[in-house]
Amino acid sequence: TQFIKRSYDVTCVCVSFSQVSLSGLKPLPEKVKIVEVGPRDGLQNEKTIVPADVKIRLIDMLSEAGLPVIEATSFVSPKWVPQMADQEEVMRGIHRKPGVSYPVLTPNLKGYRAAVKAGAMEVAIFGAASELFSKRNINCSVEESLQRFEEVMSAAREEKVPVRGYVSCVLGCPYEGSVSPSRVAEVAQRLYSMGCYEVSLGDTVGMGTPGGMAAMLEAVMREVPVHALAVHCHDTYGQALANILVALQNGVSVVDASVAGLGGCPYAQGASGNVATEDVVYMLHGLSIHTGVDLPKLMDAGSYICRSLNRRTSSKVAQASCKL
Amino acid sequence: MGNVPNAVKHCLSYENLMGESFRLPSSFQEKKEMVPTEIKIQLIDMLSQTGLSVIEATSFVSSKWVVQMADHNEVLTGINKSPHVRYPVLTPNIQGFQAAVEAGAAEVAVFGSASETFSRKNINCSVEESMQRFEQVICAARQACIPVRGYVSCALGCPYEGQVHPAQVTKVAKRLHELGCYEVSLGDTTGMGTAGSMAAMLRAVMAEVPIHALAVHCHDTYGQALANILTALQMGVSVVDSSVAGLGGCPYAEGASGNVSTEDVVYMLHGLGIQTGVDLAKVIEAGDFICRALKRPTNSKVSQATSRSQPSFNMCE
Repeated sequence: TQFIKRSYDVTCVCVSFSQVSLSGLKPLPEKVKIVEVGPRDGLQNEKTIVPADVKIRLIDMLSEAGLPVIEATSFVSPKWVPQMADQEEVMRGIHRKPGVSYPVLTPNLKGYRAAVKAGAMEVAIFGAASELFSKRNINCSVEESLQRFEEVMSAAREEKVPVRGYVSCVLGCPYEGSVSPSRVAEVAQRLYSMGCYEVSLGDTVGMGTPGGMAAMLEAVMREVPVHALAVHCHDTYGQALANILVALQNGVSVVDASVAGLGGCPYAQGASGNVATEDVVYMLHGLSIHTGVDLPKLMDAGSYICRSLNRRTSSKVAQASCKL
Repeated sequence: MGNVPNAVKHCLSYENLMGESFRLPSSFQEKKEMVPTEIKIQLIDMLSQTGLSVIEATSFVSSKWVVQMADHNEVLTGINKSPHVRYPVLTPNIQGFQAAVEAGAAEVAVFGSASETFSRKNINCSVEESMQRFEQVICAARQACIPVRGYVSCALGCPYEGQVHPAQVTKVAKRLHELGCYEVSLGDTTGMGTAGSMAAMLRAVMAEVPIHALAVHCHDTYGQALANILTALQMGVSVVDSSVAGLGGCPYAEGASGNVSTEDVVYMLHGLGIQTGVDLAKVIEAGDFICRALKRPTNSKVSQATSRSQPSFNMCE
C-alpha cells in the first residue's frame, strides 16, 4: 500500500504539459470528459453473461467513482444481444447520481420507444464508415442505417432527448481494410447535422496508429466542430493510449473507455478490445488533466466486475497496483 | 504530430539483460526458469535477421548475482554476429569489462540510477561510487576503442523513493555523457511515468545532453509505454529501447508487465511513417519462438492480435 500511495503521488505531480511547445500541436485540454462504456459495450462483448443485479451494482459503483457519463445498456433486440436482455430491469434498478448521464443504445425507432418507456433520458445511435461493416453488422447499407436514425432523431428532438452518435471503423475495417478519412468525415457530418450533440469516432478493430488518428481527425474537424467530437479507441494492437494522446493534442476532450478494459475484440479471438478506463485516467491525471474520476474507486468497480465475470482485468494500472 | 523524427534506431534488449535483473530479490530469481544457452543464441540469431540494428546480448555481471546470465561467454561466442548489427553487453565494473572484451564484446553498457536508494539497494553502493566504477570501465573502453552506452534507471520514478526530480536524472545523464557514453538511455524502471512526467524529464535532460545522444527505455507496467515513447519522439528523441514479446516482467509488481514489446513499438512507428529498417513479421516470429521456449504467452498485443485474427462476427456495436 505504501508503494500504491507513492505511485498516486507521482501521478499528481503538477506538470504543465500544455506549456511544452510542440510545433503544430494545440495545448492539451484542461478537462476531459470520460464516457464509460463498460456496462454496455464492455459487457456486451464478454463471453459470460452477468445478471441484472451485478450490472446495476457495477453502474452504481461507477457513478460513485465520479464518471460523468455511463452507457448503461442497449435497447437492441435480445435476439441479437442476449447480454442486454435485462435492459428494462437495469434502467429501473440503477441509482441515478445527479449530474451523471446514463445513455442507452437505440438502433431504431422501436428500440428508442422502449428505451424512453424504461426511463432513458439520453440515447445513442451507431453508424459505420465502412459499407461492408454496416451490411455485415446490421444487415443494411450505411445510407439505410442513417435513414433509420433520422426516425430516432425526429422522435428524440420532439421529446428533447439528447442523442449521441457513433461512427465505427474510423481507422480501419475488419472487412475492407483501410478506410478513407473523408468517408469518416462524411458519416460524422451526417450524424452531427441530423442532431447528434456529440459524435464518437471508434477505432473498432484497434488497428489505428497516431498518424492515422491525426489524419482522420483533420478530415473530420473540417466538418464537425472539435468540441462535439469524442474518440473511442480499442487497444487490440496496444495503440490506444498513444492514439488518445494524439486526439487530445488535436483538441479532442471527450474519451470513451471501458472499466477493466471489458469487452474483447470480436475480430481477433482472445485479443483485447476496449481501452481500460483506469489506464486512460492514469495517463490523464499524469498530464494534470481534470477528469473528476476517483481512480481507487474506479479500480474497485473494475475488481468487482472482474470477480463477477471470473476474469482477469485488462487494465495494466489495476494489475500493477493490486499485486504489490 | 510534433517534430517526430523520420527514422528511429531501435536498441533491443531481452529478458533478464537489464541491470534490474541483478536487483531481483532472491525469491524472484528462484522462481525464474533458466533459459538454455542454445535458446538464447537462437533468439539472438533470429533477431539479427529482423533488421534491428542493436541487440543487447548478455550481461557480464557476476553469476553470483545474476545466475541467468552465467553463460555470457558461451552466448557471446556462440551467436552469428551480423555485420549490420551491434551486440552491446552489460559491464558493471572493470572485471566485467575485461571478461566481456576477452569474450569478444565490441560494445558495452553501464547502468547508473537517478535514485540514491535504488542504487544502494540494487548494487550496494551510492550513485557517486557507481560513477567511479563506470569511469574505470569507460577509460579502459576508450583505450580499447570500445563504445560505451549509459543507462539511467528510475528516470520517471523510483520504487523506494517515489517521485524522482528531473534534476536528479539530468545530473546522472550528464555525468555519464561527459564521462564518455556515446548515448544515454533514460529508463522508466517501474513504468509509472506518464506523458506529462516524460516531457518534464526530457525538457530538463535535453538542456544538458544533446538530443541525438538520448534514448528512452519505457516499461509498460501501467500501460503508459507507447504514449510515453510517442511523447519522446515528438520532442526529438530517435532511439527507443524495447524487448521482443515484452519479455521481462516488472520485479516490483509480481505478475505485472515490464518491458514494452518491440512488436507494439514497431507497429506504432511504422504507422507513423517512421523508418526503422525492421521487418515486423520476423520480430513476431522471434517473439513466438522465445515464448514457446519459455512456455509463456507473449506480452505483445500486436502479436496476440495478428496470431488470432478471424474476421467472423455480427452485431458488434
